[in-house]
Amino acid sequence: MQGYIHSLQSLGTVDGPGVRAVVFGEGCPLRCVYCHNPDTWEPDPAHLMEVEDLAEQILRLTPYIKNGGVTFSGGEPCLQAEFFAALATELKGRGLHLALDTCGEVYDPAVRRLLELVDLVLLDVKFTVGEEHHRHTGGSLSRVVSFLKTLEAMQKPIWIRHVVVPGLNDTEEDLLRLAELTRPMRCVEKIELLPFRSLCIEKYRTLGIPFPLERTPQMDPARLAQLQAYLEKNL
Amino acid sequence: MAEWRNEWDGFIAGHWCDHIDVQEFIQKNYTPYIGDESFLAPPTERTRRLFAALTEKLKEEKEKGGVIGIDTQTVSSLTNYPAAYLSKEDELIVGLQTGEPLVRGVNPFGGIRMARSACRAYGYELSNRIEEEFHYRTTHNDGVFRVYTESMRAMRHTGILTGLPDAYGRGRIIGDYRRIALYGIDRLIEEKKQDKINLGKKRMTEENIRLSEELFKQISFLEKLKAMAALYGIDISAPATNAREAVQWLYFGYLAANKEQNGAAMSLGRVGTFLDIYMERDLRRGILTEEGAQELIDQFVMKLRMIRHLRTPEYNELFGGDPVWITEAVGGMGKDGRTLVTKNAFRFLHTLYNLGTAPEPNLTVLWSEKLPEAFKKYCSRVSIQTDSIQYENDDLMRPRFGDDYAIACCVSAMKVGKQMQFFGARCNLPKILLLALNGGKEEKYNMQVGPVMPALEGEYLDYDEVRRRLDYYIGWLAGEYVDTMNVIHFMHDKYAYEKTQLALHDTDVERVMAFGVAGLSVITDSLSAIKYAKVRATRDENGLINGFETEGSFPKFGNDDDRVDSIAVELLERFITELRKNPTYRGAKHTLSVLTITSNVVYGKKTGATPDGRAAGAPFAPGANPMHNREERGALASLNSVAKLPYDACMDGISNTFSIVPEALGNNEEERVANLVTILDGYFGQNAHHINVNVLDRQKLIDAMEDPDLYPNLTIRVSGYAVNFHKLSREQQKEVISRTFHQTV
Repeated sequence: MQGYIHSLQSLGTVDGPGVRAVVFGEGCPLRCVYCHNPDTWEPDPAHLMEVEDLAEQILRLTPYIKNGGVTFSGGEPCLQAEFFAALATELKGRGLHLALDTCGEVYDPAVRRLLELVDLVLLDVKFTVGEEHHRHTGGSLSRVVSFLKTLEAMQKPIWIRHVVVPGLNDTEEDLLRLAELTRPMRCVEKIELLPFRSLCIEKYRTLGIPFPLERTPQMDPARLAQLQAYLEKNL
Repeated sequence: MAEWRNEWDGFIAGHWCDHIDVQEFIQKNYTPYIGDESFLAPPTERTRRLFAALTEKLKEEKEKGGVIGIDTQTVSSLTNYPAAYLSKEDELIVGLQTGEPLVRGVNPFGGIRMARSACRAYGYELSNRIEEEFHYRTTHNDGVFRVYTESMRAMRHTGILTGLPDAYGRGRIIGDYRRIALYGIDRLIEEKKQDKINLGKKRMTEENIRLSEELFKQISFLEKLKAMAALYGIDISAPATNAREAVQWLYFGYLAANKEQNGAAMSLGRVGTFLDIYMERDLRRGILTEEGAQELIDQFVMKLRMIRHLRTPEYNELFGGDPVWITEAVGGMGKDGRTLVTKNAFRFLHTLYNLGTAPEPNLTVLWSEKLPEAFKKYCSRVSIQTDSIQYENDDLMRPRFGDDYAIACCVSAMKVGKQMQFFGARCNLPKILLLALNGGKEEKYNMQVGPVMPALEGEYLDYDEVRRRLDYYIGWLAGEYVDTMNVIHFMHDKYAYEKTQLALHDTDVERVMAFGVAGLSVITDSLSAIKYAKVRATRDENGLINGFETEGSFPKFGNDDDRVDSIAVELLERFITELRKNPTYRGAKHTLSVLTITSNVVYGKKTGATPDGRAAGAPFAPGANPMHNREERGALASLNSVAKLPYDACMDGISNTFSIVPEALGNNEEERVANLVTILDGYFGQNAHHINVNVLDRQKLIDAMEDPDLYPNLTIRVSGYAVNFHKLSREQQKEVISRTFHQTV
């Protein structure tokens, strides 16, 4: 089976626990204003890869990732759920911990099978007001919420991730809503606030795509730490 | 049977009492430590005062352009300077190299021209006295050039061989300085005298006559070493009685070696665990506290940080940052499965906090999967916070060198006191590829250096044809390189023999001859381009191939891609096989390193454009590193490529410098510490040999380059050693900045 694979990053330390290999699939249903991987939006037929070849490359990293694992990211890996399920099956047999990094906007029986195979879901909750979510990502918050409920019903461990962008979703009210949304979910192990960064600006320039947040300042780490503390107090 | 000495009371007796056997003494007497760093002590008041005095001197040295002064009247040797001090009342450990702190001595035994031009480079003039004295002496450099063939001169001139130790001390010899503390000088002299008597019973062959004369010199310099200590009012004829004496006796040995020799690398060895035995004994006896133990190490390290050698600007281009490579091996495991980590392993690393970060001594952690977890974490934390330590694979070296080896220079394992090496710098592999294409003509000077072959014809390069030619010229190179080394080391033994250091070796010493390669990733990627893409050669007006146009993509070293990584592996195996076909001086064993120091910049400068797309004159990657920014699959894939390089073909070491931004290592310090441990375990678990770790942002280096006062003590790891960033040339700084810094994605 083949999938559209943008790249394999052999050293990932920020997408799930421990040292991880991160697979970036291509194709995404959203167009988030702060997206730092615009080069993964569209599937590129030149980037088709066999499951076995990709698995072989990942398994070469076993000495480093045996206590960490592998994270499927993108793009949106759930758009290629069958491919990633096949990959997960290959890797599962080698005892690797698997995480799925998803926006939670895609759900069908194939995604369900993929979810059953992974050990952890990193779920992006991008905005906490439906209208803002739609405006800044093109997606639907209610789909994300029902995805979250599905995970909860499956008893799947979840890490919520939320990119904080100055001026867009960096108020205490934003975080209160995030806390309310996730509070009933017993499977949520962790909520990570991630700082908005503009390092991706070069990628946009190379691709000739305008970057909507070109003028937005990077998130101040001190402010982010304050917000993280505030969030944890309100969970 | 030698009699028991009172100085040894409290130690467990063994074979070491009857024979010089420091390894066995350590194994019988040391105390492994598996705890964490919480026991460590801050600097004492006395250390603080002495460090302030040293800091003043270092500032003065910097203000004077890097050299505080040169004693142009005295030839550096053991007893040629009076006792001197930095701040006598605060010095627990005494002994300076010359008559004043940081003042450089003149050592013309390697070559008078080099000594003269080094003096001139800093505005001094070598005294007439020395000039006259050496007018009637043959230096190592004189000897070498009397014998060098036209071919050797041409290879040296065009930069096919660069950095050869033919004008300065060859270095890389590690005296077993511990022997002085354990046995005292008199016993060592007795042993050497006995060896000389025994040798006299053999036939007087050329080899035995030479060795007998060498033993005479060794004995005479052990006497001088004793006299040198006596200048400080210290008698080192008997064994050390306590920790302070042990450090002092040992340091005198190291100091004497540095007064006698200006070797390119003057490594310390593996002294921490040995000294810990004395500290534990003093702690047990209630005559030392933890503060006192740390104070001894801090003071010792301050002395090491004051070692200086006089170098020329050309030398600094090759070996940037004024390094001495006072390499101290830390940690590792014993053959019996116990760890060799003691509290002293922590104390040595802790000097980076008590005395601030600094490139010397070159702290080298011998990593094993079985090291105590607390020590692994401490090393990782120190790396992340200071960028000052390097790692080498103990699990790879211990089976080959036993558990009492140390590291000469950057990456070369040596059994302490039992092995010495003939240092051979390195040859430029990409130039050999160009030479092969051009039928033995060197590409920059249009000079026939190698055997004549018709230049390669046709527009596109054919891989099989290129390989046939390359293999032929590698065979030729190997022969010439071994011959050149034989000349150099014959002459070095003859005219600049390391009397002090070899007196601290077994008489029946094993010798290795350490060859080296530069530009491995450049030649590998070039061959990959020829094999997997289409490479068109362009020629200059003389018909010399001087440029390449590459169509299509090709796999590049550093992406864990066997198609190209196997080329690098095969090249190294071929080269060592070819080297081994040629007999060496004194039957030395051939070894090979993939290490460049900072000379990758100079090697690149001397090399034309290469088929991998590297422009003429552009720097090579350092050591075994993949070329800058060609690593597309991230840090671990890059490490995996380097880990494939075969250690048994490159027993002199395979150097890899790894730079990563803090964020890419984890979200917070605790995660980063744990992740770095995981990466080191994973890398070394695949039989990789060496890694330098830098955890820092490129921007910090750019800021430091623009405004040196921002981070005056910024220390970074380069190929096999650490360096104060500001002591690098602008070119070297730029090259460091251009390297891959692994980022988050």
